[in-house]
Amino acid sequence: MTANPPLVYWLVIAIMMVGLYAVIARDNLVKKVIGLNIVQAAAILLYIAMGKVEGGTPPILIEGRTEVLYSNPVPHVLMLTAIVVGVATTALALSLAVRIQVAYGTSEEDEIVALEQSGL
Amino acid sequence: MLLVLMLATAVVIVELSDLFAAALLAGIFSLLAAGVYLLMDAVDVSFTEAAVGAGITTVLFLGALSRSADRERQRRVRWRPLFAVTAVGAALAYGALDLPRYGDPLAPIHHHVAPDYIRGTAEDIHVPNIVTAVLASYRGYDTLGETTVIFTAAIGVLMLLASAGQSGQSEARKSTERGGRTMAEQQILRVMVRLLAPFVLLFAFYVQTHGDFGPGGGFQAGVVFATAFVLYGLVFGSEAAQSVFPAALAERLIAVGVLIYAGTGVVTLLLGGGFLDYDLLSAEHGQHYGILAVEAGVGLAVAATMTRIYYAFATLSRAHREADR
Repeated sequence: MTANPPLVYWLVIAIMMVGLYAVIARDNLVKKVIGLNIVQAAAILLYIAMGKVEGGTPPILIEGRTEVLYSNPVPHVLMLTAIVVGVATTALALSLAVRIQVAYGTSEEDEIVALEQSGL
Repeated sequence: MLLVLMLATAVVIVELSDLFAAALLAGIFSLLAAGVYLLMDAVDVSFTEAAVGAGITTVLFLGALSRSADRERQRRVRWRPLFAVTAVGAALAYGALDLPRYGDPLAPIHHHVAPDYIRGTAEDIHVPNIVTAVLASYRGYDTLGETTVIFTAAIGVLMLLASAGQSGQSEARKSTERGGRTMAEQQILRVMVRLLAPFVLLFAFYVQTHGDFGPGGGFQAGVVFATAFVLYGLVFGSEAAQSVFPAALAERLIAVGVLIYAGTGVVTLLLGGGFLDYDLLSAEHGQHYGILAVEAGVGLAVAATMTRIYYAFATLSRAHREADR
């Protein structure tokens, strides 16, 4: 163990694992999508945390001053677009879930698998 | 610490079998995330998360839940997935030991391209917001790709939901007033939404056009713009919102937005430069004009996509309500 355990990163990893558990262990499709959203938020957090510079300011140039420490803008750009793309893909996943619900009458994965196997 | 609160919220979300409550808690989870981003200096990201996560995503989940069961079957803890997740988490935590210290200014990530962007934004691009400069100019190709992904996802949603929503669409039209009335009867909600909507739209335009100076830009403005219609639709029924901003118009604007972005690139090509090489647009303010044009395309595409997806989900819940009666 190092002198300063990376607490921020550990917390982010813990959040990600909670989301991953929902994706693996839950059968309900909507719950899986919520879990995926949690994993996504944790991934974004990880990037943003790496962009933070101690004592830095948000990366918006302050006019007339050159010796200002800015936080890293690159992760911000990547994650900004990832969030908006994330909603669009969440909507796509939810519409798939809705179509499955309409086709099978259930959103529970094990019931869908059972229906599939009995149908064959 | 906000991260601990986020972790606690995530655990509760996963444990809840009431999916409505879980969807609402997911909104709170997003709001907490926005707070954390703000503390980590990511103002633009925080802005986006607050508008997207706490606003639009929750509405989408509620729309989807109106069509599927709102309760999950109660089940016990599953040990094998729990074991797998713990093992992955432990491995990642072990790997995190080797990461640079949180906030370390000497970390390699801060010494590769970031200093060039920070210096170059002042010298070449002449806009104060570095995030906007990187987004729309330095990495303009990536952002064009992201906009296209949103466009594609919108097409996917519309194709998937077209047949699911149609079943009750004709009767749904009549039931709009009935379905919307419960909320539309609330005098306070009516007055507040009427008062708020114009200001939300005005704010969206400010965010859109001011993205090069402060936090903001096409992505945030698009989402805020859509929020105004979602808010209006929630209280007065999405039919009322559609009479202001028709679904067919939204569908076209998604494509127009992507076209404006790609078209800017074609214009610079025709002027004899590279794709998205803004310096050719004008000798002095080329970069600035280019960023504004591209951000306008992004804003249009995002606003139209979010509004159209909301309409698709709203139609879904209305058709379902009608079927229940």
